[in-house]
Amino acid sequence: MSAIVFDNVGRRFERNGQSFPALEEVSLTVADKEFVALVGPSGCGKTTCLRMAAGFEMPSSGRVLVGGVPVHGPGPDRAVVFQQFALFPWKNVTDNIAFGLRNKGMLAAERQDRVAGIIKLMGLEGYETAFPHQLSGGMQQRVAIARAYVLEPEVLLMDEPFGALDAQTRIVMQEELVRIARINPRTVLFITHAVEEAVYLADRVAVMTRRPGRIKEILDVRSVREAEDWHRHTRVEDVMDLESFVHLRTHIWRSLREEKVDAEH
Amino acid sequence: MFLLGAAGLLGFLGLWWGLSASGLVAKQFLPTPLEVLARTLYLLTEPFAGATLPEHLARSFERYAYGFMLAAAVGVPLGLLMGWFRWLDDMVTPVFDGLRFIAPIAWVPFAALWFGTGIGGPIMIIFSGAFPPCLINAYRGARFVDRTYIEAAQMLGTGNLRTILQVLLPASFPSIVAGLRIGAGLGWQSLVGAELIVASAGVGYLMVQGQSNISTPTVMAGMIAIGLVGLLIDVALRQVEAFVRRRRGLA
Repeated sequence: MSAIVFDNVGRRFERNGQSFPALEEVSLTVADKEFVALVGPSGCGKTTCLRMAAGFEMPSSGRVLVGGVPVHGPGPDRAVVFQQFALFPWKNVTDNIAFGLRNKGMLAAERQDRVAGIIKLMGLEGYETAFPHQLSGGMQQRVAIARAYVLEPEVLLMDEPFGALDAQTRIVMQEELVRIARINPRTVLFITHAVEEAVYLADRVAVMTRRPGRIKEILDVRSVREAEDWHRHTRVEDVMDLESFVHLRTHIWRSLREEKVDAEH
Repeated sequence: MFLLGAAGLLGFLGLWWGLSASGLVAKQFLPTPLEVLARTLYLLTEPFAGATLPEHLARSFERYAYGFMLAAAVGVPLGLLMGWFRWLDDMVTPVFDGLRFIAPIAWVPFAALWFGTGIGGPIMIIFSGAFPPCLINAYRGARFVDRTYIEAAQMLGTGNLRTILQVLLPASFPSIVAGLRIGAGLGWQSLVGAELIVASAGVGYLMVQGQSNISTPTVMAGMIAIGLVGLLIDVALRQVEAFVRRRRGLA
């Protein structure tokens, strides 16, 4: 069991000797094997939430728990996929993917099996010895997802993973992620500012307010998805055409727009 | 580009030649370019101060190589560790900043006292010239490495030692190589000072002997040799730098 729990979390930043609140009273639970997308206006602190779950930052108040244990620092039980991929440019695809496995002291034979398996799953065959700079953005992000997935982490933290990709590649990657998540479900916290992406991928979508960020509302996408049987469509654009999808999407858009209008006053 | 460069060089040689041929400066003190060239060619095969010019150069290069390698071997790891461990940075930086502005030649008296005429003295002086850039660039490379690489390593469960060797070091590599290049240049520039206290052979020694024999063409031949070898060292390290950048897909 590896739920992510934000328990009344606050986070303040210091700037020029003054303290600013970035997050206030954030309470959110991502259940075991659940996929939760966090959307919100830019600068609302959604990435800060993810970084606290990863252990890169600490909350100023409240608690962040993963698997019932307070997060103290980063670790391979909570693999992160970064927006800018963060692949090691001096290592080829295989060595990038195997990097975390080597920390586990795994036998070479088993390591090779695991890496070969994930390379196949992510459609990276033929690129094993390529260096990151030789790959397109989409392929680089596949490698980054493979590097995280190969560790079989309880929790996957994805920080706008498709934000740096072009629209076509983004759609392909969304479909890929759904496919992989079905084969091998994980507890996922997914940050995005793309509403459609959130509705397409997530079991639940949490909408945040503008800074200081709070959870404004949480939408249950999964029950709608199952009731309306979105799974009969494999293509993103077909799902996005469904009335139930459009309804949810528009609701979230309105919710976010209220935030932006407020921000202008 | 090439034409302008050639014109500049010709202008320089012309000015030099004019000055020494006009008699404004005693010929003894400013030989003509032709005399210097003739002397250089002569010294290539005939010994002066106990050895030919290439032999002097070889001895100089040996001292230089030891001094520079020592500077790199100490400076690069220390710089990396200072970039990683804050306490080490706080501890070393005041001492380093206090020493780094002392010119290498200022160490000559102590080098002579501590090492006599042995190889230790020149190595110490060349070291003091090459060391600061080796350390500073490794330090800056490590200190300002893209944080996401470090975070990626951490979330993959990587320990300190492996993070330093497999993330910090390669991420800082372009900066380290640039530092080695600067250090190599400054180390070579410190050479003549280092060899003022040498009693056997070396380009610096050759020049000192040339001076006491009032053979200015010999001194200039030494200067030309130093300039040319320095240029060669820089070109070689530039190649290394370009190779590193190409492999990273940066160029």
